[in-house]
Amino acid sequence: MSALEQFRAETRAWLDANCPASMRTPMPEDERVWGGRNARFKNPDSKLWLERMVARGWTVPGWPKAYGGGGLSRDELQVLKEEMSRMGCRSPLFSFGISMLGPVLLKYGTEEQKLEHLPKIARGETRWCQGYSEPGAGSDLAALATRAEDQGDHYLVNGQKIWTSYANYADWIFCLVRTDTSTKQGGISFLLFDMTSPGVETRPITLISGASVFCETFLTNVRVPKGNLVGRLNGGWEIAKELLQHERGMISDIGKSIGGIVPDVDVMAKKYLADADGRIGDPVLRDAVARHVMDDRAFSLTMRRAAQESEAGTANGGVSSMFKLFGTEQNKRKFELILKCAGTHALGWEGAPFSEEELTLCRTWLRSKGNSIEGGTSEIQLNVIAKRVLGLPD
Amino acid sequence: MNLTLNDEQTMLKNGAHEFFKERMPVKALRELRDKDVADGFDRALWAEMAALGWAGILIPEQFGGADFGYKGMGQVMEEAGRSLAASPLVASAALAAPLLLKAGSDAHKQALLPALANGEVLLALAHDEAPRHAPTRIATRVEQGAQGLVLNGCKTFVVDGHVADHFIVVARSSGERDARDGLTLLLVDAEAPGVSVTRTRMVDNRNAALVSFTDVVIGADALLGKVGEAHGALTAALDGARALLAAEMLGNACEAFERTLAYLKLRKQFGAVIGSFQALKHRAAHMFCELELTRSAVLGALDALDNGHADSAALCSLAKAKACDTLELVSAEAVQMHGGIGMTDAEEIGFFLKRARVAQQWLGDASFHRDRYASLMGF
Ligand SMILES: Cc1cc2nc3c(=O)[nH]c(=O)nc-3n(C[C@H](O)[C@H](O)[C@H](O)COP(=O)(O)OP(=O)(O)OC[C@H]3O[C@@H](n4cnc5c(N)ncnc54)[C@H](O)[C@@H]3O)c2cc1C
Repeated sequence: MSALEQFRAETRAWLDANCPASMRTPMPEDERVWGGRNARFKNPDSKLWLERMVARGWTVPGWPKAYGGGGLSRDELQVLKEEMSRMGCRSPLFSFGISMLGPVLLKYGTEEQKLEHLPKIARGETRWCQGYSEPGAGSDLAALATRAEDQGDHYLVNGQKIWTSYANYADWIFCLVRTDTSTKQGGISFLLFDMTSPGVETRPITLISGASVFCETFLTNVRVPKGNLVGRLNGGWEIAKELLQHERGMISDIGKSIGGIVPDVDVMAKKYLADADGRIGDPVLRDAVARHVMDDRAFSLTMRRAAQESEAGTANGGVSSMFKLFGTEQNKRKFELILKCAGTHALGWEGAPFSEEELTLCRTWLRSKGNSIEGGTSEIQLNVIAKRVLGLPD
Repeated sequence: MNLTLNDEQTMLKNGAHEFFKERMPVKALRELRDKDVADGFDRALWAEMAALGWAGILIPEQFGGADFGYKGMGQVMEEAGRSLAASPLVASAALAAPLLLKAGSDAHKQALLPALANGEVLLALAHDEAPRHAPTRIATRVEQGAQGLVLNGCKTFVVDGHVADHFIVVARSSGERDARDGLTLLLVDAEAPGVSVTRTRMVDNRNAALVSFTDVVIGADALLGKVGEAHGALTAALDGARALLAAEMLGNACEAFERTLAYLKLRKQFGAVIGSFQALKHRAAHMFCELELTRSAVLGALDALDNGHADSAALCSLAKAKACDTLELVSAEAVQMHGGIGMTDAEEIGFFLKRARVAQQWLGDASFHRDRYASLMGF
């Protein structure tokens, strides 16, 4: 048996012994574990599952062990992913710390910063939020105006952020601030600070789906220790962009997981439209469903190919923008198509006669509209591909 | 599933790229058309391709082939697609020869495969009867007559039928028009009495034929496989050819796209290169994504064919459908983004559009394959 096969066998046995049965079922949105000081576990199994995975370093299996990770190789990571998906194991922990901040901190952080923040992210003890967008700086992110002034031993931060997802639950924020007003991209720095610092105030905003996932974040004379600057002073833009790459990868993935308990298009189409023999009677919708599931397949083959190419060192750039663009647009198409198949059954807002699944479907359809806005809009992804991949001029 | 190329496949692809670029550029296709070459392709160049082993990539070594697999063949096809190289590579080497291999007896294989592998013999599949691909819509009949089996019927769009030495004919021995059962494969000499072949010139400057069979007497040795049981082997061979044609179409689309991209960076209007206009940039970026998805679908199908993947039928339909949609988009946008120049015969971009539409129809267009995929998936 090769070392990798050995690893697979051990992993399988361990998961089988340690992943609670309820953690092998599709996850409703409200059972998602985000960790942090105010962590909530609606299902007690998810706490157990998190603790067991933390002990193995498998909330962040690819990070070095010194920072709370599992120290797995690429191949081992792939095996773990395959085995978890084969058993239907839920991810034990979701966090912007894992998917966004961690990777850039590993690259740009000082040893002290890594040791301070990464293990807490790995253990789900700190929940992070992302302070990028401002009222006047959305797609044109580098136009951001929140100021950080040098006060000797600390920075004094003043300004306003908006669309800060889960700012009202987060413990810490990674925040883009302006430290030089004479240039645009070159005057931005990357700061970390505690959300309980005096001067930080958050106000939730309600979404079209009725949920409230993001906030306005007001920053008034917030004191941030100098040691919380990541990378160089005025060197934040490079870090910010790199983090966006990780974010885009996550959003195109999460497209699938936010739908969580909403099944695939073909399953839903069959449920509402199938004849006795299982065939979708309406030929136009049948064609649309086929197109959709075929694009899903082509997309998952493309992600697989990208992974294999990056392993072989033959990858071409620009894939994260392509994945963000296609994954989110495809997710929106998914819900629009399910809505067409389910008709008015998918348009209930609350109560009878709608099933839980139908009500979730409607809310999730609305939430999916944000996928192609958050993390850089689809139009911005097209701009990035045109410029970086195709070399088309401004 | 492996969606990358190994070193040998990469070498084959690079070699094919050079060959088609040097020896069979789009200019060569134009010459075939302008000189009205009766064969519709250049036999000397076909002999060179065969000498490189490409006619026999899908033929086992014991029958004189290179046995290099679908992924290998796909690389040659993609490069052929880039330069719109006209040759019997798809019709004979990618479709008819593998069908003979799947359905024929050892005697058939020994008699024909070595000559197919070295390019001396050309084989064509006489299949479609309707304007749109419909694999079981067969009215051509084979029946027991006084001196053996007798074949009657008419086939349309027999690609490279005008140069084929033999046909594999799909005939109905029993059953209703669209039935899967009752299809029989026959190996028929193009010179046999009662066979009539009429060359048809297609918009892509390549050739197909109308082939009719009138009371053609068929010897018992002409049966490929069992009477009435052709469907399995036929479908498998069609699927292989669909994936390979999709590879050709991918090459066509990539080349048309790259030429268009180059033009976007060159042509100036309103004091700027037109590639700086966002309306064009976004369409170009969209095409890039579709090309990437198509490449993955094609590689997925080729890999599945080489490994006998249980799902290869669905993956071949995915590859062909994706190639059809993407090439339809890219070839039309390529002409549009070239402006007036794109409408001229002197500019080569129109050749890509013409080949695109013929390749889309051949072996099933996107809606054919979506319908098939839906059936395979049980909806
Ligand atoms: C659900 C959700 C969660 C979010 N979470 C966070 C978060 O946690 N932290 C954070 O910092 N931000 C977050 N955001 C904000 C998000 O990053 C911004 O909304 C996004 O970058 C777009 O900015 P904007 O809203 O100002 O839109 P605008 O930039 O004003 O865009 C409006 C429209 O104009 C188009 N447009 C803009 N510029 C161009 C151009 N150059 N070319 C073509 N079209 C253009 C856009 O594509 C869009 O269609 C979140 C957003 C959503 C929807």
